[in-house]
Amino acid sequence: MEKYNNEQRMNRQMMLDKLFRNVTRMFAFLVLALLVGILISLVIGALPSIKAFGWQFFMTSDWDPVSQKFGALVPIYGTLATSLIALLIGVPVSFGIALFLTELCPTWLKRPLGIAVELLAGIPSIIYGMWGLFVFAPLFADHVQPMLIDNLGELPLIGFLFQGAPMGIGIFTAGLILAIMIIPFIASVMRDVFEVVPTLLKESAYGLGSTTWEVVRYVVLPYTKTGVVGGIMLGLGRALGETMAVTFVIGNSSNFATGLFEPGNSIASSLANEFAEASGELYLSSLIQLGLILFFITFVVLACSKMLLLRLKKQEGKAS
Amino acid sequence: MAENNIKLQVKNLNFYYGKFHALKGINLDIASRKVTAFIGPSGCGKSTLLRTFNRMFQLYPGLNAEGEILLDGHNILGRDVDINLLRAKVGMVFQKPTPFPMSIYDNITFGVKLYEKLSKAEMDDRVEWALRKAALWNEVKDKLKQSGNSLSGGQQQRLCIARAVASRPEVLLLDEPTSALDPISTAHIEELIHELKEDYTIAIVTHNMQQAARVSDYTAYMYLGEMVEFGDTDAIFTTPKKKATEDYITGKFG
Amino acid sequence: MNDRTHIPAAIPSSSAESPGQTGRFAMDPSIYRRRRLVNAFNMGASMMAMVFGLFWLFWILWTLIDQGLGGLSLDVFSRSTPPPGSVGGLANAIYGSLLMTLFGTLIGTPIGILAGVYLAEFGQRGWLAPATRFINDILLSAPSIVIGLFIYEMYVVSVGHFSGWAGALALSILVIPVVVRTTENMLRLVPGSLREAAAALGAPQWKVTLYVTLRSAKAGVLTGILLAVARISGETAPLLFTALNNQFWNSNMNQPMANLPIVIFQFAMSPYADWHTLAWAGSLLITFSVLALNIIARWMGSQKTQSH
Repeated sequence: MEKYNNEQRMNRQMMLDKLFRNVTRMFAFLVLALLVGILISLVIGALPSIKAFGWQFFMTSDWDPVSQKFGALVPIYGTLATSLIALLIGVPVSFGIALFLTELCPTWLKRPLGIAVELLAGIPSIIYGMWGLFVFAPLFADHVQPMLIDNLGELPLIGFLFQGAPMGIGIFTAGLILAIMIIPFIASVMRDVFEVVPTLLKESAYGLGSTTWEVVRYVVLPYTKTGVVGGIMLGLGRALGETMAVTFVIGNSSNFATGLFEPGNSIASSLANEFAEASGELYLSSLIQLGLILFFITFVVLACSKMLLLRLKKQEGKAS
Repeated sequence: MAENNIKLQVKNLNFYYGKFHALKGINLDIASRKVTAFIGPSGCGKSTLLRTFNRMFQLYPGLNAEGEILLDGHNILGRDVDINLLRAKVGMVFQKPTPFPMSIYDNITFGVKLYEKLSKAEMDDRVEWALRKAALWNEVKDKLKQSGNSLSGGQQQRLCIARAVASRPEVLLLDEPTSALDPISTAHIEELIHELKEDYTIAIVTHNMQQAARVSDYTAYMYLGEMVEFGDTDAIFTTPKKKATEDYITGKFG
Repeated sequence: MNDRTHIPAAIPSSSAESPGQTGRFAMDPSIYRRRRLVNAFNMGASMMAMVFGLFWLFWILWTLIDQGLGGLSLDVFSRSTPPPGSVGGLANAIYGSLLMTLFGTLIGTPIGILAGVYLAEFGQRGWLAPATRFINDILLSAPSIVIGLFIYEMYVVSVGHFSGWAGALALSILVIPVVVRTTENMLRLVPGSLREAAAALGAPQWKVTLYVTLRSAKAGVLTGILLAVARISGETAPLLFTALNNQFWNSNMNQPMANLPIVIFQFAMSPYADWHTLAWAGSLLITFSVLALNIIARWMGSQKTQSH
C-alpha cells in the first residue's frame, strides 16, 4: 500500500514536470509567433495597396489622399537619408566614447560616465522631439544654417545639399537628433566588445612600443570588427524605426526634396501623423504597407547585427 | 660581474598593488648577453618584477614602483622616460602566444614599422632575418600572407619571439613562455633561448626549475616578494647558500 | 600612458645598418614624431566625443528643468487636460499612463518570465530556444510604431474602437522582450550547484525552478521588470492608434484613454502657449521618472552582481 502511494506521487510529479516544461515552451513559442503574427497582420492589412499599386508604390512620390494615389518614395528616402546622417555623425562619436571609456578614462569615472551615456538612451523619444523643435531648431536656423548655406551652398557637386531656406527643421536636423539618440546604443556595444579583447594581446602590442591609438587601431579594432559592425547595425535599426523625435523635426512634407535642410518625411513620421485620421481603405492600407516596409528593413538590419555579434562571441569562445 | 657587463641594475625596488606590498627591496644586476632566470612559487613576485623592466604595470591604475632600475645606467622608472621607446628597446614575450589579428608577415613588421622606415626589400630581409632567428622561417616561408592564428601553438609562440626580435630590442623579457606549450615546442623554444643570448640580454620567468637549470646562466629565487638568493645557476642548483632555496629546489617545498 | 620624451642619446638614430646580426634598435625620429602626433590627436578626439555626448544630455535635461519647473503646480496633478485658454492640468493623462503601464506590465511580465525560464532551463537543445533568442533580440529593437499598427489590426479593428486595453496590449508587447532577456541572463547566473542541491533533495524540476532558481535570481528579474517599465512609460508611438487620447477623466479601459506622451505630443504641436507650458511640465515629469527608474534598476542590478 505504502509503495503504491509513493509511485502514484512520483507519477504525479513527473506529470507536473512535463506540464511545466511544456507551459514554458509554449510561452517561448509565443515570442516567435508574435513576430510571425506582426508580419502576417501587416501583409494582410497592406494587401489592398499592394494590389492597387504593385511595384509602383516604391517608385512614385505622389501622396494624395484626395485622388487616392499613393507612392512611398518620399518617406522611404526620408527614412534612409535621416538614418544615414545619424550614422555618419553617430558612429565616430560612439567610437570615441567607447575608446575613452575603455582606454583613457580613470577608473573612478568609468561608472558615472557609463551611466550618463546610458541615460541618454533612457530619455523618451518624444522629449528629443520637443527639445529639437523648440530649442535646437531655432538656434540652428538663426546661427548655424545661414552660415552653412552661404559657405557651402555654392560649392560644385555637393552645393545642392546645403541650399534652401534656414528653417531649422528638416532632414538634417532629424538626422542629427537621431544621431544623439543612437550614440548610447552603438557606444555601449562597442565598449562591451572592446572589453573582450584579451589583455595579453593588448600588452603584446604595448610591449612593442605602440601608442594607445595604435593598439586600438591595429589590434583592438581588427579583433572586434564583427562586433563593431554589429553595434553599428543595431544603431541603424534603431534609427530607421524611431518615430516621435523625427516626427517633430523632419517637417512633414510629402514633396520630394534632396537638400539636407529641406523638410521631408519618414515612414514612421507619416504613420504617426496620418494613421489615426486616415479614412478610406486604400489610404489606410497604403500606410500599413509603409509599416510593412519599415518592419522588413529593420528586421533585415537587426538580424544582420545579431548574427555579427553572435559570430564574435563564437570566435571569442574558440580563442580562450 | 664586471661593471660594464651589466645591462640592467635593480636598486632597492619596491612594488605596490594598491596597498599590497608585492616586491620588497629588490637588488639585482642582470648581465649583458646572458640568460637570467627567475624562479619561485606562484605569487612570489617574479612576474611582477619582470613587468617593471618595461613598465608594463603602468597600463593599470593603482600599481606603483619605487626605487631605481638602471638600463645602461639610465633610470627607466624616472618620470622623464618615454615609455613607448623603453618598450621598443625592451621586448617581451608572454605566457600564451599572442599573434595579432593579421598576417604572419604583418605580425613581424608591426613593431618594425613603428620606428623605422624601410624599403620593401629591406623589410622582406628583416622579416626573413627575424623568422630565422626564431627558427620559424622554414615552416612559414610559403605562407607569410596567412593569418598568424593559422599556426600551431608552438609556432605561434615562436612567431611572437620573432616579432619581439624583429625590432631589434636590447633586452628580451620572457614571461613563462612555454607554460602553454607541449614538450616538443618547449624544447624548441629552449634551444632558441640558447641561440638568442648571443645577441640579447634575456630575463626569463619560469615555474619550471629544470627549465631554469637548462637555459639560464644566473638564477634568482624569490619568495613572498623578496629576493632570497641570486647567483650562478650552477651554484644555486648544486650548492645553494640558503636553506629556503635548497628546500624549494629539492622539492621539499613549493 | 606617460608620453613625455627623452630617451637619451644612447639610441642610435640611423637605420642605415643592414638588419644583420649586430643590428641594434634604431629609430627614425620623424616617424616617431608623427605617430605621437596621431596618437595625441586621436586621444583628444576621443575625449571630445565623450564631451559631445554629455553636452547633449545636460543641455536636454537643463531645458526640461528650465521650461518645465515653472509649469509644475498642484493643478497639474489634480485637474484634467483643459481646452486652450483655460486652467487645467494633466491628472487624467497621468492616471491613464499609470493605468496602461500597470496593465501592460502585468500582461507582459508573466509571459516574459516563463519564456525566459524556458530559454535558461530547457534551452540547451533543439531549435526553438536559439530561434526564440534570436527573434527576441530583434523584437527588443523593433520599431514601436509597428507594434502599434499590429495591435490596431488585431484588436482595435475587431472591437471597432480605440481603447485603454489596446494601449496596454501594445505596451505589453514591448515589455516581453526586455523581461525575456533579463530573466534568461539572471537565471544563467544562478550556479548549477544550487539546482543540483535542490534536485538531490528529491524536488521535482518545476519546484526547483520556481522555488529555488527563480527565487535566488529575484533581484535580477525585478531589475528587468523595472527596465521594461522605464521603457514603456515614455513610449508614444505605440499608443497613437491604440489608446488614442481622451480629453476627460476616464477610468474605463474600454474607452479611448488619455496618457502623458500623447498629450505632450498634441499640446506641443499646438499653437497655444498655455498648452506648451503644460507639455513642458509633463515632459519634465515623464523624463525624470523614467531616468529615476533606470537608475534604480541599474543600482539594483549592480548590487546583485556585486554580491556574487
